[in-house]
Formats: sequence, C-alpha cells, structure tokens
Amino acid sequence: MTPHLPIYLDYGATNPVDPRVAQAMIPWLTEHFGNPASRSHAWGWEAEQAVEKAREEVAQLIGADPREIVWTSGATESNNLAIKGAAHFYQSRGRHIITVKTEHKAVLDTVRELERQGFDATYLDVLPNGLVDLDALTAAIRPDTILISVMFVNNEIGVIQNIPAIGALCREKGIIFHVDAAQATGKVAIDMQTLPIDLMSMASHKTYGPKGIGALYVRRKPRVRLEAQMHGGGHERGMRSGTLPTHQIVGMGEAFRIARLEMDAENARIRQLQQRLLSGLQDIEQIFINGDLEHRVPHNLNISFNYVEGESLIMGVKELAVSSGSACTSASLEPSYVLRALGRSDELAHSSLRMTIGRFTTEQEIDTAIALLRDRVARLRELSPLWEMYKDGIDLSQIQWAAH
Amino acid sequence: MAYSEKVIDHYEHPRNVGTFDKGDDSVGTGMVGAPACGDVMKLQIKVNPQTGLIEDAKFKTYGCGSAIASSSLVTEWVKGKSLDEALAIKNTHIAQELALPPVKIHCSILAEDAIKAAVDDYKAKASAKVTELSSS
Repeated sequence: MTPHLPIYLDYGATNPVDPRVAQAMIPWLTEHFGNPASRSHAWGWEAEQAVEKAREEVAQLIGADPREIVWTSGATESNNLAIKGAAHFYQSRGRHIITVKTEHKAVLDTVRELERQGFDATYLDVLPNGLVDLDALTAAIRPDTILISVMFVNNEIGVIQNIPAIGALCREKGIIFHVDAAQATGKVAIDMQTLPIDLMSMASHKTYGPKGIGALYVRRKPRVRLEAQMHGGGHERGMRSGTLPTHQIVGMGEAFRIARLEMDAENARIRQLQQRLLSGLQDIEQIFINGDLEHRVPHNLNISFNYVEGESLIMGVKELAVSSGSACTSASLEPSYVLRALGRSDELAHSSLRMTIGRFTTEQEIDTAIALLRDRVARLRELSPLWEMYKDGIDLSQIQWAAH
Repeated sequence: MAYSEKVIDHYEHPRNVGTFDKGDDSVGTGMVGAPACGDVMKLQIKVNPQTGLIEDAKFKTYGCGSAIASSSLVTEWVKGKSLDEALAIKNTHIAQELALPPVKIHCSILAEDAIKAAVDDYKAKASAKVTELSSS
C-alpha cells in the first residue's frame, strides 16, 4: 500500500464501499454462496431471497416497483442495454435518437455505435451553464425520433438537468426517455411515481456500494420493451442473462438502503463543505466556476483557474486526489469535451479542476485543499507567461499564436 | 501518469524563472506554443555582444509538468554556450535527459523551438542594429 495517500476529493470517479455495506456483503461470498437461480435447494433459495431483498431496496430509493429493476454490471452496461435495447426493439417506428454533447462516453459511444448500424443521431449543444435548452430539444425532435437520452447529473460539472420537463416532452411526443442516473442516486431525490422516465441507469459504486454491479430501471406502466444485449440463461426476465453476483447485489441493496435513510442529512453536510470550499477559493483572481451553481449537486465543484494549466496544477497539488475531467478521459491530453460544450475556451478547458466531495470528507480536508490550491495556483501563475501578459494588460485573444 | 524524478525536480524547483527587458538589445525572446494547445513557453537569452556567448537565460511556461521541466532544463543548458551551440540542442537530448514518455515528446520539441525563436529574435535585433549603424 502507498503510504500517505492524498486527500480524496474524487468521489465523482468512485466512492469507497461503506463499511456497513462491506459487512453485509461478506457472508454472501463465503457461507451463503449459492446460485440465486438454483431452484432445487436451500442454497439457491436463500441467495434468491437476498437478491430480491436488495432489488426492493434499490426500487425503494427511486420509488419504483422491484419488478422494474434489472441487474447489470454497472451504469455502462445499463446505458448500453437501455439505448441499444430500446433502439433495436422500436426501430420499426423510426431510427432517430437524440442525446446531449455533455453525456458520459458510455452514452455517446453507444449512440455512435447505433449510427454505424444505420441509426440517425442528434447531439444537442447545452447552454453555457451546462443545462439542456428545452427549445433546442423540442426543435430537434423529428417524426421518426424514438429515443431521447439525457443524464440526470453531469459527472464533470455536477449540474442537474430538468428531467421532469424533458420527460414530459417525451411523453407528449411518444418518445422513449432514458436517463443516466449514475451520478444522481443518493444525491438527488428520485421518484418514479411522478417522474416521466422510461429507462434509468444506475451504478452502485457512486453510491458507496461495490464496483461491478449496477441496475437498469425499466418501466412497466406504460411498459417499455428492450431487446436483450446479453444472451444466455434468460435471467432478469430475459433482458440480461448471466449468473447474478449475490454479494455484489446485496452490497448495492445495502448501499441504496443507507442512501435512502441518510441522503437528506448527508446532502446538508456536503453542501456546507462545498460552500466552505467555494468561499475559500472564490476571491482568487480569474477563476471561473464551470456549470450552473444552483441546479447542481453539492458534491461537485469544477473550477477553471485561468492561466494555469490543469495537468501541472494537479501535479502541484499531489497531496490532493482530484481530476481535471472525468476519470475516463484523464489519460488523454485533450481538454474536457464537456467544458468545450459549455463554450469554454480551450485555455479555460485546459485549466479546470474537478473536486468532488463525499461521505467521508472532513472540514479539515477542505481547509487543507483550500490552502494548497491558493499556494500552488499563485506559484504556477508566477511561472506562467500568460499570467504575466494578462497582468501587463495584453489581450491574449489578439495574439497570433504559432500552432504546433 | 508517473513523472521521472528529474521532471519532478525541475517542476518543484524550476531554474531561472523570470523575465528580462524585451527591449534590451542583448536579449533574445522566443515565445512558442499556444494556450489552446495547453502549452506556451517563453524563453529569453541574454547575449554578451563581445564574446557572443549566452550569459544568462530565463523562462516562463504555461503547460504541464513536462513542459515546465523542459524549459527549465533548457535555461541551464544554453548558459555559457554560443548561439550555434545553443541551436545544436535537440529535442531528443531534452527528452532523454528528462526521460519523457512518448505522449510528452511535444514538450521537448517546443523547448527546442523556443531556443530557435530566442536566437532568431536576438539575431534579428543585432542585424537591425547593424543596419541602423551603417545607415546613419
């Protein structure tokens, strides 16, 4: 193990498993290892019972019927199953899909794959605050639009989309509505009794459960049909074959049970931490908050520090585990496509830092982060020719840069 | 991404950070890169007109740790060299010295370009001065 691990401010990438969740999982690995699909003996029956109890917990967090929950390996698989499954099933009605440029790659790449299969896709721009423009969405709808996919909470900037309004529009036009809620469960109240959502992807590990398990909500009334993407033993009502990992499912169930009970208190505490972090940084010159501050989960703060390059800043704050975008894209040198979609300049997109707060973040950690960031931003700006030019009153946009 | 010890050393203790007066005839300034690409390097050399040797060098860099390290290293290397010797510094030397990974090779190329740009700027200034003298 690495000694002196940095302060974890990357809850948007993944969460630790809550110790209560880990405790609940262990017996299902060792003592109660039966296959939940074994109908012929007690090992199977007890495993099946545990799986169904967990299904109820997941359903309860979102106000759904347990029969509307399909287990998957995670939100990526849920997105694939929902989008490909619905597109394939309903393709006789039309072949046009609408999604948004700031979606997670698991949605964008799935839609791209459908384009390769002959479907048509529209990737909507967002407003400068990161929210979907409802007028633009309305205008993008065609007679052959069969599916709209919009994420609940954005993974990079934490903005909460207007899901009720988008869903109402889909209902009015008879279009299937899919929502990627990987970053939303346990952070925003979700009630499927009132929300007009047809399909919703969920992940366990962003809500303090284990990695490798997720779920897809598939509405029963009005019924939504999917074409299976994984074939085999016909598990999960034929929608997703594969032996159910009891321990993982029990973990997700316990994590979602805790989220239901503790969400309100936890959000209040995290909101205080977010405010503390924001007020500790906001008087720094030339910083820009990315994404709407009001329609946003309290867990996320995404800031561009102008004239400081993001990768060097991350290297400078090695005592903090933060990211410059999503974990899925942090290996590339490209600036964040999400920030580019907000209309941020390349410079500001290159200068961003995503800090995500969670269940185990403390005030002391936030204070340490503030002090470190203030110090390192100032130090890197002393090194920055762009900062020097800005201070000399030179308009950087007027300079002819030699591209390389 | 793991950085080499040398990159970390230059990043944490950058050498010769600063700015010379651009208008000084003995100073050559090279600014390369673009903010949109995530790297801008400004390298300045101060040349002794008698000896033709680079007496001092300073830099400022906006960019990743490897870009900062490449330009910091170059300020150390060019000091005491003639202009031709400075121009002989190649990106491969820089990349090798700092053990840059393939995705960071462009940082060393940029540093080489910065040397060229600074030398060109100094030479342009010097020849303008000669022209000025001969025409007066």
